[in-house]
Amino acid sequence: MFTYAPAPESRSIVNIKPSYGLFINGSFVDGGSAFKTINPANEEVLAEVAEATKEDVDRAVKAARAAFKTWSKLPGKERAKYLFRIARIIQERSRELAVLESLDNGKPIKESRDVDVPLVAAHFFYYAGWADKLNHAGFGANPRPLGVAGQIIPWNFPLLMLAWKIAPALACGNTVVLKPAETTPLSALLFAEICQQADLPPGVVNIVTGAGATGAALVDHPDVDKVAFTGSTDVGRHIAKAVAGTKKKVTLELGGKAANIIFEDAPIDQAVEGIVNGIFFNQGHVCCAGSRLLVQESIYDTLLESLKRRMGTLRVGDPLDKNTDIGAINSQDQLKRIKALAKIGSEEGAEAWSPPCELPRNGFWFRPTIFTGVSQAHRIAREEIFGPVLSVLTFRTPAEAIEKANNTPYGLSAGIWTEKGSRILDMADKLRAGVVWANTFNKFDPASPFGGYKESGYGREGGRHGLEAYLAV
Amino acid sequence: MPSKARVAVRKTYKLFIGGAFPRSESGRTFEVDGNNVALASRKDARDAVLAARAAFGKWAGATAYNRGQILYRAAEMLESRRGEFPAEEVDDAVDRLVWYAGWSDKIAQVYGSANPVAGPYFNISSPEPTGVVAIIAPSSFLGFVSVLAPAIVTGNTCVVVTPAAVDAITFAEVLATSDLPGGVVNILTGSVAEVAPWLASHDDVNGLDLTGVDNAELALTLEQSAAGTLKRIIRRSSPKWTDDPGIGRMTAFLETKTVWHPKGV
Repeated sequence: MFTYAPAPESRSIVNIKPSYGLFINGSFVDGGSAFKTINPANEEVLAEVAEATKEDVDRAVKAARAAFKTWSKLPGKERAKYLFRIARIIQERSRELAVLESLDNGKPIKESRDVDVPLVAAHFFYYAGWADKLNHAGFGANPRPLGVAGQIIPWNFPLLMLAWKIAPALACGNTVVLKPAETTPLSALLFAEICQQADLPPGVVNIVTGAGATGAALVDHPDVDKVAFTGSTDVGRHIAKAVAGTKKKVTLELGGKAANIIFEDAPIDQAVEGIVNGIFFNQGHVCCAGSRLLVQESIYDTLLESLKRRMGTLRVGDPLDKNTDIGAINSQDQLKRIKALAKIGSEEGAEAWSPPCELPRNGFWFRPTIFTGVSQAHRIAREEIFGPVLSVLTFRTPAEAIEKANNTPYGLSAGIWTEKGSRILDMADKLRAGVVWANTFNKFDPASPFGGYKESGYGREGGRHGLEAYLAV
Repeated sequence: MPSKARVAVRKTYKLFIGGAFPRSESGRTFEVDGNNVALASRKDARDAVLAARAAFGKWAGATAYNRGQILYRAAEMLESRRGEFPAEEVDDAVDRLVWYAGWSDKIAQVYGSANPVAGPYFNISSPEPTGVVAIIAPSSFLGFVSVLAPAIVTGNTCVVVTPAAVDAITFAEVLATSDLPGGVVNILTGSVAEVAPWLASHDDVNGLDLTGVDNAELALTLEQSAAGTLKRIIRRSSPKWTDDPGIGRMTAFLETKTVWHPKGV
């Protein structure tokens, strides 16, 4: 294999401040205590960020409530213009956002630059267009916004999840209080500056940084009309319980354990690319990751050989290097969880394999790993690892593939690889999953609804369906 | 002492065909607000249809997102040149472009459908652009923008005929700086009565918007002539252009394509 000279993206494009306050009512204000956010690739402290208390959250909700009165009455076409402005500013400042996202999250620059940030801009552009067309969206005449939305997003796609939450909420006339994840708050805070640059009216978007307690204060706040959460199934369950008996509307986008099903007639090279993309994209920190590979027995040996060869070419390392395929694990905690489950995988009898690759000395890293000899009972086949770890299982018939694919409490996504169209459509009908990719994987578009069945959550984000979460319908 | 008064440089108003600004091949002009503007001929109309047809494949094949971006860019360009357009109409014209820009990736979601047929078949209907649309534009600037934008946002290309040459050609300059591929919009300034019949009977024109025809008899002749190739028609009317336009001007020039595919192991 040939080697690559380093090709680092310059970080000078982004100006990280030493400390950040909370973004409430259009300006940055001091919070109580502060916490540090670090670069997971080298553990360097990037900035100090305010930790919002219950009182801070209350201030933010009050600001959002006050802003709701005028924002919700603004004609849709005028609301749209603010969202179009935001979309344009994101496009203009895209490289800055991409570098910041890679620094704070650890994801490769080629992903933040080519996937995350373009999708963010497109998402705002898409929902901007809906703001004055809600009458056409299929939810009856004059659909009304809900009010104040409390939104909590994860660390795996910090800015993209922000866009998925804020764009439809604002388009429908709601105002928001958003809490980014504690390990990746910086792109949300840069987004706050973008709101200022767009002259978005104060209070329409409020950003409160903090950890679980801040999120709980937001979910529990009596003046929040809508809770939108993306994150783990455990926290999702907790939120569903917390809002029980209230009038709060809830959407939850939670974990997954997607099956990526490879039939013997699949084009092997393309399938291998799809498998690699499905599990190693974003270090496997993807709720819809294709973390269970189901291979038809007849091609098992050929496929595994190709997959291992391809994995040998993956470049793990500096997220800011333009050649990097796999970046840093987002946090020490997450690395521990991945290591713990991988250990259990071996202990339960599955066989681990990783390509030889050097890992940087500092920071949080995990080699791309596959487990073979995995049975459905193994914990690595049942639990979401949320890391670059693939469990390989086999099947003989389509019926067996369906049986195994659906044998999970999750139901977010699935992949099918076969040249036979009728089989794709039949499988798609039978898979209990919210997104089914055929002969592709991990495709996202603002026009396409995303969300899960079963314990992967409820509600859809994206597309026309994504409006429903933010309208009184 | 020599006078310091500066003599203004005047603009030449020509046609807009294939992304370029040619004079009429006929060499004729007519006068609008003191400007000599090109008087389009039958041959100009045929050139414009050729240009529109040539641009169709790429424009119809562009992603809806891309078409939306370009229409939004046109709105930005119009906003920045608002002083050159009728003051009482330009704001609404900008907003109209933004409204249609947003429709690019939504019309299929509103106008298409997944059809639950009684059998093991995947069945989905999606709108596709009709092709080349000839548009007789109303004389107001807002009307002009309001008939043009819905025709192209869905992927059609068009040939627009208007006597209101100054606004139309200034708007062509907006389009020419909006990354709109050449030939998607072609503008013929001149006499509707002279040019429109050639478009109405043209074999390579798929749709005809008669909104701006002010003569009922001419409109009738044009519609009858268009029947020869079964062109899709929008009849003449004088809507209040500030009203909500709805989606009718887009759907008039959309075909619905339904795809069946069996399901089975």
